[in-house]
Amino acid sequence: MAAGAASGGSARADTYKDARGWLLLPSWAVLGIFVLGPVCMMLIYSFLTKEFRGGVIWEPSLAAYDQFFFDRGLFGDEPPKLEWTYITIFWRSIWQAGAATLLSLLIGFPTAYFIATRPENVRPVWVFLITIPYWVNLLIRTVSMKFLLRDQGPLNDFLIGTGLIDSPIHIVNTNFAVQLGLFYSYLPFMVLPVYAAVERYNFSLSEAAADLYASKWTTLRRIVLPAVKPGVVAGCILVFVPSMGSFLAPDLLGGAKNFMIGSLIEEQFKGNAGNWPFGAAASMILLTMVLIILMFSARQQAKTDKAGG
Amino acid sequence: MPSNKTDAIDVRNAVKRYGDFTALKRISLTIKDNEFFTLLGPSGCGKTTLLRMIAGFEDVTEGEILLYGDEIEKLPPHQRPVNTVFQNYALFPHMTILDNVAFGLEMRGKSKADARKRAGEMLELVQLSQFAARKPSQLSGGQQQRVALARALAPQPKVLLLDEPLSALDLKLRKAMQLELKHLQRETGITFIFVTHDQEEALTMSDRIAVMSAGEMQQLGTPTEIYEQPRNMFVADFIGETNLLEVSVDQVMNGRATCHLGGGHALTCNSVDGIGEGAKVHMSVRPERLFMSDAPVEAESLKGRVAENIFVGTDISTLVDLAEGPQFIVRTSNSDRGNKRIFEPGSEIFVNMELGAGRLLMD
Repeated sequence: MAAGAASGGSARADTYKDARGWLLLPSWAVLGIFVLGPVCMMLIYSFLTKEFRGGVIWEPSLAAYDQFFFDRGLFGDEPPKLEWTYITIFWRSIWQAGAATLLSLLIGFPTAYFIATRPENVRPVWVFLITIPYWVNLLIRTVSMKFLLRDQGPLNDFLIGTGLIDSPIHIVNTNFAVQLGLFYSYLPFMVLPVYAAVERYNFSLSEAAADLYASKWTTLRRIVLPAVKPGVVAGCILVFVPSMGSFLAPDLLGGAKNFMIGSLIEEQFKGNAGNWPFGAAASMILLTMVLIILMFSARQQAKTDKAGG
Repeated sequence: MPSNKTDAIDVRNAVKRYGDFTALKRISLTIKDNEFFTLLGPSGCGKTTLLRMIAGFEDVTEGEILLYGDEIEKLPPHQRPVNTVFQNYALFPHMTILDNVAFGLEMRGKSKADARKRAGEMLELVQLSQFAARKPSQLSGGQQQRVALARALAPQPKVLLLDEPLSALDLKLRKAMQLELKHLQRETGITFIFVTHDQEEALTMSDRIAVMSAGEMQQLGTPTEIYEQPRNMFVADFIGETNLLEVSVDQVMNGRATCHLGGGHALTCNSVDGIGEGAKVHMSVRPERLFMSDAPVEAESLKGRVAENIFVGTDISTLVDLAEGPQFIVRTSNSDRGNKRIFEPGSEIFVNMELGAGRLLMD
């Protein structure tokens, strides 16, 4: 009797486990179809031969990667040299995305801290205010930004009007304009996770630090920042990754000189002039780079956590 | 008032207002050097506010706070040579125990090596040396409590502030920590200001107690004074258990008062300043200073009927419905069972007060 009851119970537990597995199926399906599927397609396309009017010919080829890394002269018959064009674009993308991330951290952190230290009932209002501009399409926002920043735009008019400068500052078509654009595009992705982290922060720790003779600045550096670091790291990743592949801000605000990897990829697929395998290869390289950076930051995080404990 | 360099803390006419709400109504008190001083009161009485004003976390609306003769009420917390043990300990979660204790020393300009050496000594003092490399989350509540104590004591503050530090511990651990705190205070010679709502804890540990209620100080004195000579209703009721009787005062002479109950029964008891003839006030008598008998034995005998006997370990509490008054609690210590009688519920008995046990109270 007892054995029967016991096996009956475990059978029920198994059924329950099975049911749970099936319930997760939709999530797995969505992930498979919309994440893994496109990545696999990209991977396959990057190893195919290009069709001149866009599209691919189903013939395996390494031409896309070869074109990315090696320069074989105009007619492709010279000995291969390292191709700097695309590596430079890549490097610029990393640099620009990094600068934009830093900028959003510098502005986003105090903003998030400010919101998290308001009375509980007004915090949602502040968060809502932060997100309002993002109800407007990114393209429109970026174009508006260009108008604001251009030589005859309101910013320069204002600065000249106050007598701070005599002639307009050229901002549009510089690296800085791109950084500003990226910063503005992704600022909420910094503010929200940092805000969540600061809101969870136990402010009596700050009091304890002040009680133990730490100045405000030291308290921020030694106590607050380590406590909210997970939020800061999440914010940095959420700004850095989309900035790397962004093409709107570089296109509209950076001009031809400040080409980024996102624009390069975009061009390969737009219209008939593109090169799909090359775009796919560049995407794969971008994906690999981002994964390496994420893994590196995760390992650093684990290391500092371990060193601390 | 001249500033006194030997008093640890001198609070002068301190007022704290939050908008319309007055949390502290003009408090003045002096805490002596090397004293274990307790601020006692129910939650919301302003005791924590006063402590936080001394620490610097709340600004003082009006009045002054002096630390060994120096005005400190305008200094930010990190410039005040006082340290706090927080109610929730507030240990830095990302630092080891050793680094937590060393933090204050480092901030006071000690080298990392020196700070750690001294922190190690402090951990030895609270018997936690073997946990130096752990994180706070790996320690039990009692251990975290001792780390918080070591951290606050490490920079050798002039005054140590303790904000209900034992409230999160279970009873046994709390009793042990009470003794440990008392020992630490004697060993270090640092002035302790202890905030609690637990009157028993206050009586056990303190040299002097300030009883607070509704932002006002009700009484300041040694534990014995507070317990045996409560000044008013609030103090008598809040500290320990007490029986209250409504009486009319007939005559006051040499600190003794003759009065009568509503029914005319006459009683003699101790009076306090400010109570005159004809006043209608309360008389308080502690349950352990009452005993029962089947015939009246003293002048202060009150007729009653036993309602219930409650066994509470060391004592038996007997609830007695008085013929001419409310229900009284009579406490009989189990060690007294030889000479004091316990009666079955329903028995008609007399409740007798020991001589000088009754005491009049201001409202």
